[in-house]
Amino acid sequence: MTVIIDYKCGNLRSVSNALRRIGHEYRITGDAEAIKAASHVILPGVGEASSTMEALKNSGLADVLPSLTQPTLGICIGMQLMCRFSEEGNVPCLGIFDVEVRKLRVPNDLKVPHIGWNTVTRLASPLADGISEGAYFYYVHSFAPEIGSQTAAITEYGTAFSAILQNANFFGTQFHPEKSGEAGERLLANFLKL
Amino acid sequence: MLAKRIIPCLDIKDGATVKGINFLELQSVGDPVELGRKYALEGADELVYLDISASSEGRKTFTELVSRIAENINIPFTVGGGISSLDDAARLLIAGADKITVNSAAVHRPELIDEIATRYGSQFVVVAIDAKTIDGRWTVTTHGGKRLSERELYVWAKEVEARGAGEILFTSMDHDGTKSGYPCETYARLCDSLSIPVIASGGAGSVDDIADVLTRGKADAALAASIFHYGEIPVPTLKQALLKKGINVRI
Repeated sequence: MTVIIDYKCGNLRSVSNALRRIGHEYRITGDAEAIKAASHVILPGVGEASSTMEALKNSGLADVLPSLTQPTLGICIGMQLMCRFSEEGNVPCLGIFDVEVRKLRVPNDLKVPHIGWNTVTRLASPLADGISEGAYFYYVHSFAPEIGSQTAAITEYGTAFSAILQNANFFGTQFHPEKSGEAGERLLANFLKL
Repeated sequence: MLAKRIIPCLDIKDGATVKGINFLELQSVGDPVELGRKYALEGADELVYLDISASSEGRKTFTELVSRIAENINIPFTVGGGISSLDDAARLLIAGADKITVNSAAVHRPELIDEIATRYGSQFVVVAIDAKTIDGRWTVTTHGGKRLSERELYVWAKEVEARGAGEILFTSMDHDGTKSGYPCETYARLCDSLSIPVIASGGAGSVDDIADVLTRGKADAALAASIFHYGEIPVPTLKQALLKKGINVRI
């Protein structure tokens, strides 16, 4: 059974609705044992890094997550919490991905937050099976992970950042696949097939 | 490259989609979930659903509708209409809305923007501004353009941004429903003065109008209703035409 982690941060419904649309069973829980026993784990999240990291610690899951061995996907802030450090609130994070999360630095004519559909390129991930180079995904964020050896796709907005990160069984997307139309549903289905 | 967004807007009254002309005569144009799904399949980038029911019964119907939309639509959607408290915002968040828009209530009590942005994040708060020119001054209106406020468009927009709005949806009540195009100079000035995205609304009658507001008007997104609902300019036709004009849109 796939588990969507509930750590009392933001709205879990958009992820659960997306799984339901692609016909996939799931359970929403914050229980460590249920998470460890899951076939797939999804860490969603909306919010600010230091407070969501705090929530993750308070839920006792900050120690559980890095030890997981099944396919695990962080979405947006969920992915950022899996990085080494976030500039948002200057908070050390889980260190699953060996990159830092930085404030988007953009020229004056670009706006922050980065809101809307942007192209994802240099796709090098099983999550992107059947998805074309340059496909559009939906973003809403002001911070993003830098590029490193675990970068499996990039997006450019002023500068380039990691759109997808992966390290062994761990995956992360800075965009919201659950809101990215057919391409997003394809990506989620790919993850759930791992 | 970040695409300019095309956003169909659906006005909802007692659970059905309607579109008014200058907010007066209302005509029903279809089931909101089905219509939204059709737009998503056609390539709409987001959807906006505005509840124009006046009754509490209508409002309850709308909340149920928001849950159904969230279950069935795979692109982001914003809901608004009559949101006047943090509780209203919470109710719609729980129902599955990605963003909410506040309008009249924020004009009367601007702290509402801070409250919602602090609690749920700026990405959740779109502030809708309806304004019309009165003796050459862009005056903010409330209640669907029926009442004038003391506020001036550019000053209010800056305040709204400072209070934590994630986006601004600006409608010119002089142009809404007239299909005569957007006031592009006003949009350009607004966009230049803000660091958050601006969605243009009200007045689109042709592809050229929309192209104009996305280029000369510098808007980040264009919202429209009747040109889509009545099939005058289907979303794919619009996007292909914009692309031909060199405007970056998601196809």
